[in-house]
Amino acid sequence: MALIELIELRKSYRLGELVVPVLKGVSLQVEQGELVALMGASGSGKSTLMNILGCLDRPTSGQYWLDGREISQLSADQRAMLRNSKLGFVFQNFNLLPRTSALDNVAMPLSYGEANISEREARQRAQEMLALVGLQDRVHHEPNQLSGGQQQRVAIARSLVNRPQVLLADEPTGNLDSKTSEDILSLFQKLNQHGGITIILVTHDPMVARHARRTIHIHDGLVVEGAYAAEGNAACQEPAPEATL
Amino acid sequence: MNTLRTTGTALKALRRNPMRALLTTLGIVIGVGAVIAMMEIGSGSSAALQDAISSMGANVLMIQPGTASSGGISFGAGSVTTLTPGDAEALAKQCPALRGVAPEVRARTQVVYGNRNWVPSWMTGTTPVYLEVANWSMAEGDFFTERDVLAANKVCVLGQTVVRELFQGESPIGKEIRVKNVSFRVVGVLVSKGANMMGMDQDDILLAPWTTLKYRVTGSTLTTANQSAAASTASGADTSGAINTLSKIYPGQASLYPERSAAQLADNPMPVRFENIDRMMAAAKDAASVPAAIDQITSVLRERHRIRPGDPADFNIRDMTEMTKTLASTSNLMTNLLLSVAMISLLVGGVGIMNIMLVSVTERTREIGLRMAVGARGRDILRQFLVEAVLLCLLGGAMGIIFGHGGSKLVQAVLGWPVATSPGAIAASVLVAASVGIVFGFYPAWRASRLDPIEALRYE
Ligand SMILES: Nc1ncnc2c1ncn2[C@@H]1O[C@H](COP(=O)(O)OP(=O)(O)O)[C@@H](O)[C@H]1O
Ligand SMILES: [Mg+2]
Repeated sequence: MALIELIELRKSYRLGELVVPVLKGVSLQVEQGELVALMGASGSGKSTLMNILGCLDRPTSGQYWLDGREISQLSADQRAMLRNSKLGFVFQNFNLLPRTSALDNVAMPLSYGEANISEREARQRAQEMLALVGLQDRVHHEPNQLSGGQQQRVAIARSLVNRPQVLLADEPTGNLDSKTSEDILSLFQKLNQHGGITIILVTHDPMVARHARRTIHIHDGLVVEGAYAAEGNAACQEPAPEATL
Repeated sequence: MNTLRTTGTALKALRRNPMRALLTTLGIVIGVGAVIAMMEIGSGSSAALQDAISSMGANVLMIQPGTASSGGISFGAGSVTTLTPGDAEALAKQCPALRGVAPEVRARTQVVYGNRNWVPSWMTGTTPVYLEVANWSMAEGDFFTERDVLAANKVCVLGQTVVRELFQGESPIGKEIRVKNVSFRVVGVLVSKGANMMGMDQDDILLAPWTTLKYRVTGSTLTTANQSAAASTASGADTSGAINTLSKIYPGQASLYPERSAAQLADNPMPVRFENIDRMMAAAKDAASVPAAIDQITSVLRERHRIRPGDPADFNIRDMTEMTKTLASTSNLMTNLLLSVAMISLLVGGVGIMNIMLVSVTERTREIGLRMAVGARGRDILRQFLVEAVLLCLLGGAMGIIFGHGGSKLVQAVLGWPVATSPGAIAASVLVAASVGIVFGFYPAWRASRLDPIEALRYE
């Protein structure tokens, strides 16, 4: 069975009297170890889908199977635990705690885990993660002492610290220049290949999508994977340049 | 998430904005500081007041003979002579709430030394226990002894004012002074006591054995103010003279009492206590045992005087309880007043904490969203902000304790006010500070915990 399976997932927002459907029956599967790019025009519902995938939001209807468990109807606390143990988030604007060292930023999710990790163990783990993203010499830097790319690396280290199965990145390179974006995307590829982490990343940049092995297109709340890709975006289907890693 | 980790997180969060944390907690610092200072200064001054009150004789009871009345005319307190030295001894033995009982025989007459003379405000005949009962001590020489009382020796002890008036710098010890042509040897001088609560000079005093004053300095006791009592006193001379064992210590003079005619004896066969005293001064163990002492004195004296239940007593007891209470309640009132002002400042401090915590929650909405995204539950967020508020208050409380204590020490050093460290107040302020944190921190923390993670993450 696939790691992630969505069946006829719908999400609509209620604006007063008006019901605005955003996701109109999304069905898709993501296997363990995949690196998937989620593409679509602005306002097509990518973030909405990511929020549901990340257990931050609940679908209006439909099923969401994660690691063999139907989770669309879990309580807020259960979802929080799931987010802590199985999912990692990387945001467009990094979302680091200001005036807090990289180490403390990375160790932060550990304090909400089920298992009671000691302070020393937590620092140890955070240090490892920072080394993994190549920031072993920036451990005590605060966010305002780091470049955008370094900040996003800290954010990635933070998302990895709980050893999640799935990494969700909503436009992770949206605030970065193209060179730094390239570095971050390479890091994702490396993590995917060597760490075996399933990664779903949202982008509307075809160049970014090129790094992924598979691209899912969303158009007006529906998945148009095969058709849209075949139509005009040949670059997306080329294998990613793995040799660079 | 354990409490230790939460506390660490809260401390880190506070450290991100130390100036704001300091200003936020200022209300608590001032409130707790004020409470501590109030309590310390207040309890110090009330302890000093207690001392002052007991040195002024708050635990002293005056036992006076009852009122004589004849044909509807009252002669005032002390106009009958119902108290005896035996009463004083019995009270001293039978009343556990008393520290001592001194009989008093009073006179008012001229004292002469050399070419100087003086009339002391008080000329009191008593026993050596007087010194302790009156909470007094000797400046020079010794008090007269029990033997002096038994032998009616002509010795006396003087207060500073009398010494000043008669001796003018000369040492009075061993000198002879004359009281109504009776020569007294001065054996001691009392320390200065100053004015009493009525403003009368307490040092203007001459103390002598009561027997001496009563039987040698004749015609000077206050009982002469009451003509009928004086007359009746005289009436039993013959009979009592024969049975009174004390008579053997009387100086071998002619009859002390005017002789009664047969007609007088027949007309007034009154049993009169000859060795009466003017009043008694009793000291309770402390100010608190005054009521018990009054009860004990009343029952002992009623029994000794054979007063049937329901009949009015032939003596009355006066104490200073009212004055003590008034003084103590004034000081309590002031302390409570200041304390409530301090409490209001704590309340204001709490509102300040709530205000800043609400601002902080709004400001840190994104942080809250992030923490929720990585797995913090509502209750984790609630706890984090609550711990932050309590920590702020406790830090403020600690600073307040330091400032309050330092302030009261400063007051002690600079103004010389009495100050007493009060561990109870310190413990109470820690509790109050923590409670203020919980009470005023709860609403902001609850608001934080109720945030929706998606909206919080998107918050600008
Ligand atoms: N909380 C909300 N309430 C109402 N409408 C929303 C809300 N969040 C998103 N939408 C709407 O859903 C649509 C999809 O938004 P989103 O998923 O953020 O698009 P994008 O693909 O650009 O990430 C947009 O039209 C947006 O207006
Ligand atoms: Mg979006």
